[in-house]
Amino acid sequence: MSLLSVRGLRKSYGALKVTDDLDLEVAEGELHAIIGPNGAGKSTLIAQLSGQARSDGGSVRFAGAEMMGKPMPARVRAGMSRSFQITSILPAFTVLDNVAVAVQARDGSSFRFLRSVAREARLNEQAMQALAQVGLQDRADLRAGSLSHGEKRALELAIALATRPRLLLLDEPLAGTSGAEAERLVEVMAALKGRVTLVLIEHDMDAVFALADRISVLVYGRIVATGTPDQVRADPKVRAAYLGDG
Amino acid sequence: MIRALRQRRVAATLLFLAFALLPIIAAAAGDPYLVIVATRILAFAIAALALDLILGYGGMVSFGHAAYLGIGAYSVAILSGAGVTDLGAHLAAAVVAGALFALLTGAISLRTRGIYFIMITLAFAQMAYFFFVSLSAYGGDDGVTLAARSTVLGRDWLRDDRVLYYTALALLVGLYLLCVAITGSRFGRVLTGTRENPVRMEAVGFTPFRYQLTAFVISGAMTAVAGVMLANQASYVSPAFMNWHRSGELVVMVVLGGIGNLLGAIAGATLALLLEEWLAVLTDHWPLIFGTLLILVVMFSRDGLTGLFRGRRG
Repeated sequence: MSLLSVRGLRKSYGALKVTDDLDLEVAEGELHAIIGPNGAGKSTLIAQLSGQARSDGGSVRFAGAEMMGKPMPARVRAGMSRSFQITSILPAFTVLDNVAVAVQARDGSSFRFLRSVAREARLNEQAMQALAQVGLQDRADLRAGSLSHGEKRALELAIALATRPRLLLLDEPLAGTSGAEAERLVEVMAALKGRVTLVLIEHDMDAVFALADRISVLVYGRIVATGTPDQVRADPKVRAAYLGDG
Repeated sequence: MIRALRQRRVAATLLFLAFALLPIIAAAAGDPYLVIVATRILAFAIAALALDLILGYGGMVSFGHAAYLGIGAYSVAILSGAGVTDLGAHLAAAVVAGALFALLTGAISLRTRGIYFIMITLAFAQMAYFFFVSLSAYGGDDGVTLAARSTVLGRDWLRDDRVLYYTALALLVGLYLLCVAITGSRFGRVLTGTRENPVRMEAVGFTPFRYQLTAFVISGAMTAVAGVMLANQASYVSPAFMNWHRSGELVVMVVLGGIGNLLGAIAGATLALLLEEWLAVLTDHWPLIFGTLLILVVMFSRDGLTGLFRGRRG
């Protein structure tokens, strides 16, 4: 049974079809990587799935419910969260508060005006758990803007996790990270496998082939192949379009 | 951050204590006029505080906040004209009218960002201004002189300048504490988050618009309270209360004092109005000196006056 079922998804910028009648099935519990050459439309696809960008047509069913036309916050509350390719955090907030605000979004109303939120232990505890998952628990009290790039990438992941998603859309989580930082993030994703359904866009092929249960190959806005890492590696269409027969 | 909050508490206590002692000092110095000036300062401090709530914490630069001063002031004039002189009624009417105007104009303005937001808030304030200019029953352009100040429990206690002053001070302290609570609450955290990065807030499940609009309404209602005090201080109400210069002055007060820490807005209003009093005595060209001071403060301390005291951040 698919957790995410995408049918005939479309989006154009003028004459350019960025997403062209795209179909995609993501099974519950799998780590589904989407690879493709630059300009294939990977980030646009994530934006469409998350509700950040409007789609021109098609259907996005999540856990049986139609998500088309719903804005991003509604999709997040339904259980679909995303991370951003370009780090998107609250730089003036502490690391802990960056995550606690995500906990707050799903834990009770935020139209509470008088009680001090900093003293809400339940929010902070859950935020600390998410930070521990990505190895940032020692950084909790720092200003988020002062973190290193790799730490910000980890924070980005912790924020998304704190929303307790059933489906996590990761847009190049390793973008710009160095070897050691990337290794740590790959470990984090490996630990998440099976507990959260993951859709992963990533340029680091070693990471993709090590982590993915299934891989879909996106070329010019269409999925040209889907399969296990071995199947995809052997697919002649993929080799022609993407791996360059190398 | 905790340290900054503690420093703010000490500074707030000292500032409010100084305000509380002012009438005594004025009496000792034989200068009762000081209390009247200071009441005006307190009214503007309330308005600047309200503006800082949305400007400093919500990133919403309203260039039309004078409209709410006018709405509050005309609440006094219109109700008094109809025979309702009670301060509580005046405040309640001002809060409701200010909140409604904010709800209506905010719902439209908040669909835009940046310079467009600034221009739309200005446009709405100008519409309010010209509405009251055309209101001939209340003097139109000339405004209307109040027969008396608001009453409390049917008594004319506010006739005493010092009672009016302490009433304004109590309102300022109460609203300051309310703003401190709001900015430290769940709501305040979401509001500040939308200022920092609205897309991030959407990506964790918040709809920024709701929180921004709520803050805008709270701010509008609070500014209308300032208008009630201003009308009582001046015993006079006119459309000039909502002139767009006035909206600009409110922004200047907040920036001068330091945006986004509440106390700065109060300090900024105080300093701006004191400078206006003192410099105007020195020369007719006082805005030149004032402008120079503002430029220096903004250039050397991004956090305004509060930044000068605290030292530079980060």
